Amino acid sequence: MPIRTVMKANEAAAWAAKLAKPKVIAAFPITPSTLIPEKISEFVANGELDAEFIKVESEHSAISACVGASAAGVRTFTATASQGLALMHEVLFIAAGMRLPIVIAVGNRSLSAPINIWNDWQDSISQRDTGWMQFYAENNQEALDLILIAFKVAEDERVLLPAMIGFDAFILTHTVEPVEIPDQEVVDEFLGEYEPNHAYLDPARPITQGTLAFPAHYMEARYTVWEANENAKKVIDEVFAEFEKRFGRKYQKIEEYRTDDAEIVFVTMGSLAGTVKEYVDHLRKKGIKAGAAKLTVYRPFPTEEVRELAKKAKVIALLEKNVTFSVGGALFQDFSRALVNQEEKPILVDFIIGLGGRDVTFKNLDEVLEISKKALSGEEFDEVNWIGLRKEIL
Amino acid sequence: MAESPFKADIERVKREYSEKMTPGAVARIPGSSVVNKTGSWRVFMPEFNRDKCVRCYLCYIYCPEPAIYLDEENYPVFDYDYCKGCGICANECPTDAIVMVRETK
Amino acid sequence: MEIPESVKKRLTLPAEEHFYAGHTACQGCGASLGLRYVLKAYGKKTIVAIPACCSTIIAGAWPYNTLDANLFHTAFATTGAVISGIEAALKALGYKVKGEDGVMVVGWAGDGGTADIGLQALSGFLERGHDAVYIMYDNEAYMNTGIQRSGSTPYGAWTTNTPGGKRHFLEKRHKKKVIDIVIAHEIPYAATASDAYPEDFLRKLRKAQKIPGPSFIQLFAPCPTGWRSPTDKSIEIARLAVQTAYFPLFEYENGKYRINMPSPKKEPKPIEEFLKLQGRFKYMTKEDVETLQQWVNHEWEKLKKLAEVFG
Repeated sequence: MPIRTVMKANEAAAWAAKLAKPKVIAAFPITPSTLIPEKISEFVANGELDAEFIKVESEHSAISACVGASAAGVRTFTATASQGLALMHEVLFIAAGMRLPIVIAVGNRSLSAPINIWNDWQDSISQRDTGWMQFYAENNQEALDLILIAFKVAEDERVLLPAMIGFDAFILTHTVEPVEIPDQEVVDEFLGEYEPNHAYLDPARPITQGTLAFPAHYMEARYTVWEANENAKKVIDEVFAEFEKRFGRKYQKIEEYRTDDAEIVFVTMGSLAGTVKEYVDHLRKKGIKAGAAKLTVYRPFPTEEVRELAKKAKVIALLEKNVTFSVGGALFQDFSRALVNQEEKPILVDFIIGLGGRDVTFKNLDEVLEISKKALSGEEFDEVNWIGLRKEIL
Repeated sequence: MAESPFKADIERVKREYSEKMTPGAVARIPGSSVVNKTGSWRVFMPEFNRDKCVRCYLCYIYCPEPAIYLDEENYPVFDYDYCKGCGICANECPTDAIVMVRETK
Repeated sequence: MEIPESVKKRLTLPAEEHFYAGHTACQGCGASLGLRYVLKAYGKKTIVAIPACCSTIIAGAWPYNTLDANLFHTAFATTGAVISGIEAALKALGYKVKGEDGVMVVGWAGDGGTADIGLQALSGFLERGHDAVYIMYDNEAYMNTGIQRSGSTPYGAWTTNTPGGKRHFLEKRHKKKVIDIVIAHEIPYAATASDAYPEDFLRKLRKAQKIPGPSFIQLFAPCPTGWRSPTDKSIEIARLAVQTAYFPLFEYENGKYRINMPSPKKEPKPIEEFLKLQGRFKYMTKEDVETLQQWVNHEWEKLKKLAEVFG
């Protein structure tokens, strides 16, 4: 029987790792993710998880040890955030290029400077070109579920890509919520053993991984990562369906909320989706045709689903806790790309919001609404808007 | 004259060789470099005088390629398919049984 | 590869080659020779991890491969971490790792990848006590990028970023003693070795294999391209490095030091003998040579003392 309990997202992630039974875990402490390896080391110490736990001396080495272990043919897991994920950056490319299905739990946190330990998505968003799949959790249950789902997708022969699961620093990592821990046997059936056919350092059958490739071969190697990302789109749907069948919880790449007759649709990710859905209810009561949508999957980018969503809206307001300087948010860029060649498309308005742990309030969302309304009525509006700035101290 | 110990490997590699891209660009043919004939790099070649050789094998031991193997009578054989002509063998030979001469071809 | 029994009997090294010809190392390359020895010692049941360095090229570009053993290429700074991960995974899969019939996990990194960018990962690997062997092939500069100085470059050496010039801009720091940093981790086995003394190197490789825990070997591996030395002199130079006590061969085993070469009882050859065969040292003044000689003397005395007190 699944156990219903309450826990933080960090604990949920540790439980997910325990259920997935990775053989090697390598991790380095960083706020706000530290509790994940802490909890896992408890599981290992108690004999509840049979795994090699490598207490590495940096995140760079954490992901490198995972790469080595995954290349040797075992399931691996690590957790990090912020500067730690940034420090992993170069090795993330290697993991994807080698097609190693490593899973990372990321307690989404801002990047320095200034130093800030609180939530935004700049850390994982900045890794969007590495070839890794990215999932974002709205709550602690999703954090647990998406880690299991990520392993299953990552290890699929058609995919073989690493994956990171983001959940918001403190808002989720340190907040206790009800979580259902699935049955080990059901998880075992769902995930199976990781038995790679492509990458395993079998002493009896020598191979070379990570080889040098000249211009005559490099592009083909990178193209296979592109293909794998394309394949992942279908596989994710299949795995979501199987997950629902086994565990009863439904996931979609983009989860829509009251979008059917909506004129303005607020699009976001992570825990902010909860706030936004409530705000939509609040607007609906006032007779405003608003809807919401949440991206659970950010990489591979759900282009088709975005195009379907776009058909339903006149204005899409993108609420994002990240920024590309001089351009705007990542969602704004990706939605623009998905829609640019569509004949009919909504107006896109970008909102940079809640950076470095700044709370997102209904008052902030009112500001978002006002600018979106301007766009809707054909008035002039700014494409990229920083919401909730304390102008008095600027 | 004995055959190169790499002969069977060359045939194996030629048989199995494939450029077809694999997931993760995993290369699956061990020792496949044997099909690269690096002897073409050579400017000077080792010339071997069997009469002077005392079979100390320093040439074999110090060859970085390796491009020296031993024949049935345990004399060194220079594999000109791979020898890049570095001259370590000649420099280390205690009896001057190996001298480096300019490549003629 | 088939090797006749008669041949095997006559050689002081294993006859089997797991490092194949056709590789793309420069002529007279000490790194390729060193890797050949490593594979002779450990055979096919070896997993070699190589960071971005000359050996990346030497080991072959897609789809080629120079080794008849598992090979894993990784990022510059990561050798120590990657071999830790591989070792942990092999153990989790139930393999016997290290020991005489165990799978050998070998980190094979240059001096830049060890003394500089890889030092942190090396330290972590040593400290955690993984069952693997880390070999630093020391050619005393970043050769693959085109001969830039590393922490392991000696005093007075020309490199492309210590180019001499009017202001006498040669390398001004003495060689970083990586082996001392390694020994500070109090690992069970650390040693220096040289391409010029393969039997000694293979003996040390085997010892490193037998002793549980992390082992480290610093291999002196000449680079004719970077040292501006004739390609046929690689072994001679390596030998002189030992005979001058510039690069003495010694072992650190369970807290005890033992000097292998040169003999502590005799006066080592003067450092000029080592310097004169290499174009990289040709800009040194008399005073520079003296400075280097002083350093060599000092380090040699220190080592002799250590061997005396902790022998």
